[in-house]
Amino acid sequence: MSKNVLVFAEARDDELRNVSFEALGAAREIANGGEVIGAIVGADNHHLAEELFHYGADRVISAEHEVLSDYTNDGYFQAYLQVVDSVSPDVILLGHTSLGKDLSPRLAARLNLGLISDVTDFEVEEGEVIFTRPIYSGKAFEKKRVKSGTIFATIRPNNIASLDKDNARTGQVEFEQVTITDLRTILKDIVKKTASGVDLSEAKVIVAGGRGVRSSEGFKPLEELAEELGGTVGASRGACDAEYCDYSLQIGQTGKVVTPELYIACGISGAIQHLAGMSNSKVIVAINKDPEANIFNVADYGIVGDLFEVVPLLTEEIRHMKVGV
Amino acid sequence: MLEGERILMIIYVILKRTFDTEEKIVIQNGKISDDGAEFIINPYDEFAVEEAILLRDKHGGEVTVVSVGDEDNEKELRTALAMGADNAILINNEEVEEKDQHTTASILAAFFEDKAYDLILGGNVSNDNSTGQVGPRLAEQLNIPCVTTITDIEIEGDMVTVVRDAEGDTEILKTSIPLLATAQQGLNEPRYPSLPGIMKAKRKPLEEIDYDELGIDEDDIESLTETVTVFLPPEKQAGKILQGEAADQVKELVTCLHKETKVI
Repeated sequence: MSKNVLVFAEARDDELRNVSFEALGAAREIANGGEVIGAIVGADNHHLAEELFHYGADRVISAEHEVLSDYTNDGYFQAYLQVVDSVSPDVILLGHTSLGKDLSPRLAARLNLGLISDVTDFEVEEGEVIFTRPIYSGKAFEKKRVKSGTIFATIRPNNIASLDKDNARTGQVEFEQVTITDLRTILKDIVKKTASGVDLSEAKVIVAGGRGVRSSEGFKPLEELAEELGGTVGASRGACDAEYCDYSLQIGQTGKVVTPELYIACGISGAIQHLAGMSNSKVIVAINKDPEANIFNVADYGIVGDLFEVVPLLTEEIRHMKVGV
Repeated sequence: MLEGERILMIIYVILKRTFDTEEKIVIQNGKISDDGAEFIINPYDEFAVEEAILLRDKHGGEVTVVSVGDEDNEKELRTALAMGADNAILINNEEVEEKDQHTTASILAAFFEDKAYDLILGGNVSNDNSTGQVGPRLAEQLNIPCVTTITDIEIEGDMVTVVRDAEGDTEILKTSIPLLATAQQGLNEPRYPSLPGIMKAKRKPLEEIDYDELGIDEDDIESLTETVTVFLPPEKQAGKILQGEAADQVKELVTCLHKETKVI
């Protein structure tokens, strides 16, 4: 049974986010011969919209209004509703990002839809879509379905494969001027985070520090390693509680749940709450002085040693490798 | 409407009882087993309780904690009372057979329908199902503004300034009362209940109501989604501890990452 699938794409720093391409990849499979509609909402997304064709959209809608240059819940809510209304999709997909988490439950409530949040996998069986999502921060998983009517889900970044970019796939972007009234919440200011632009949830490589890092300066070698690997820095609760770094970096059961290709845990003992947040990473490296540390039980590779000796050596070695090959 | 500083605030906190974060997950008869498990206030809801108490102490008013669940939730509600909340309400939903986030939000919406309130606070996500849906769904059903993942809130009269975490970026928003806001880590440091607090909590009102006393139509709260199955992730095997001098270990590691697992 074919379905029309609406994917709301999202831009960050004027680039479409990978999770939007991943959602298009999922949409292509779920559509099963139906139409994939990519939509992007903002003040001016002419230059971004076409790329949605390259990643699998059959139709692309750019919904625009001047007040939508920055995200606000009220503004985007109205725009998303108008797009849903004009498309009448069988399936709606969003990224499980800050925006997706903020907006999707409200849309679901207004449209009286079930919503399956934070999906890491899915299967299509006899026209029915079954979604897999982690529960208890990844200590377990559940498979869920929407009982009837429009299917609505948010996709966790980094888990579902996007299609290869195909520049030959193209089309005419449909522009839709949306009506925005009554903004109850107004954005006054945004302070962009100073660290690297890669978000933890979308990072392919994470170098995380724990209490063993000992100070905020102690994160320096970790940052250098992360930069060399094109990744970003995370932390355990211990490091955040000790104020070595900001809580926005925290990975674990309270904090972010991450699934990068490579997770390098430095001076992290591996409390069960931390493991919940990272143990589904593809490859885990642990560096810790204590050979008994719990983190070694989930690590693919362990180095028993002082992170302040090992991490800089590792950065150096990777630099060599890149030059050498 | 009064100008200037609001002197009394009616604050509600929606609170969920969840597994202690220390708990291992066991599946029995196709369900997550809660045999012998320790329960806590969902950590993000704890931030909400703390913030509610701080705001009440600053502006005056009253904090009521509300939980949807079974009788066991009394324990967590008592804990919130011991932290300093004034009243607690347990809405019993045991009889509801098919529940999801839509169910909980709709029960709460029915509860709040005839209530006066300035602020409803909750956690931005629970540490069990982690959907983060109930707060924003409730706000939409009540037709009030909602701000998620807040790390700071200031109230002046009816105006509210909220600082919100958006994937590491910080947004500063202006909105107004009545408002629903969900707590992010960093909002505050929840207090531990003091001994006098615990003693006092025993005498504070904890009202239990059944969801069907709220005049709800069964069809309106039936779950819209269903769980097909739950399962545990494959057990992670302990890997290779590299040997030798630090420099040799690092060389071997880089080779493994490059050639074996191909992640770099």
